[in-house]
Amino acid sequence: MSTDTLTTQKAFLKYLLRLADDRLILGQRVSEWCGHGPVLEEDLALANIALDLIGHSSALYAYAAQIEDKGHDDDYFAYFRDDYEFTNLQLCELPKGDFGFTIARHFLFSSFSYYQYELLKNAKDEQFRGMINKHLKEIKYHLRHSRDWVLRLGDGTEESHERIQNAFDEVWMYVDELFYTDDVDEIMIASGNGADVNSFKDDWKKFVEDTLTEATLTIPDWDQYMISGSRNGMHTEHLGLILTQLQFLRRSHPEADWK
Amino acid sequence: MSTKTLYIEQQIWDYLQEVTDPEIPVLNIIEMGIARGVSIEGDKVTVFITPTYSGCPAMDAIEKMVKEKLVEKGVSNFDVKLDFSQTWTTDWMTDEAKIKLKDFGIAPPEKTTSEEDFLKSISGTKIVPCPLCDSFETELQSQFGSTACKAQYFCNSCHQPFEHFKCI
Ligand SMILES: [Zn+2]
Repeated sequence: MSTDTLTTQKAFLKYLLRLADDRLILGQRVSEWCGHGPVLEEDLALANIALDLIGHSSALYAYAAQIEDKGHDDDYFAYFRDDYEFTNLQLCELPKGDFGFTIARHFLFSSFSYYQYELLKNAKDEQFRGMINKHLKEIKYHLRHSRDWVLRLGDGTEESHERIQNAFDEVWMYVDELFYTDDVDEIMIASGNGADVNSFKDDWKKFVEDTLTEATLTIPDWDQYMISGSRNGMHTEHLGLILTQLQFLRRSHPEADWK
Repeated sequence: MSTKTLYIEQQIWDYLQEVTDPEIPVLNIIEMGIARGVSIEGDKVTVFITPTYSGCPAMDAIEKMVKEKLVEKGVSNFDVKLDFSQTWTTDWMTDEAKIKLKDFGIAPPEKTTSEEDFLKSISGTKIVPCPLCDSFETELQSQFGSTACKAQYFCNSCHQPFEHFKCI
């Protein structure tokens, strides 16, 4: 047996880190709206969503540390890994763009998360299941929020329609990765703690298409060129920049404490 | 369990009653359903608290306030632990708490309903009566209010904005 055999424990660790990395990076991105929201209500909404996502990542990282069993903690995974070690989707690291882009991305991400967590909420591992059920309640609010805005912007003014359409066109090449699977997923599904994302792919696509249609938007081509690789550490140049902002303080003062 | 242990446990619950939610000062952490358990082993006291929302920035403050309260009451051997095994729900709020919320001007959460058909009901908005004038002529302004746990509404009868504690 080679030393890099993917054990159930290692697969669980990777799985948790993928989920957590998506949420940390997207949460950090969404937090950039704090103080810059188009209206006060949205400023508050986006700041709250960012907090939720970072809260989700923190719980997942803490559990990852427990599974890894090397004495690390949640902060270690967030602050002391380099870009190639992050396995978040490129979808999550793209710059926040205009409000339309943020909404389009969040609608795709939160609807995907909703379907995924609906499967994970029956996971065998008790602690993992507890976390998922808690986060799922909040994901529903995120989905409701972003979906409402897709409808309002799409079926709104000429400018809002054009901007949200452009946002979907721009982000489309990053959606296929949501359904990327490898041996990590296989092991997790076999052990009763993973979600078979391809089992809901058609339902999810239909939900997205229905929403876009209701919003009077054109559905971009599902068969266009799609990027891949981020689950194995391939990223855009945007990840490095967001990590410098996120990690700088902690790395300059590694022993700093709030107390 | 010995009578003495029971007595200490009861006392700890009394102390916890004095710890109020930093965001909603009219409610204590028992009424909020945040304080979930007290266990006594020998002379060691452990208090279990459950976070409301994952991103709730008040959790650190609450943990600190519990510790300070115990110190203030002369409890020296204690631990405050976060309990993630259960999922916090507004159903844990006591009825008394919901009345206090309303008196404070926040529309309380109603009982949660099963959301098996969440995607079908996604576009529906529910009616929340105004906590100030009890009118049903209200409208949702934002799913998120001053904190993640509240949504913003506006009352078309008394023309006042108000917050609704979301059911979760
Ligand atoms: Zn009113």
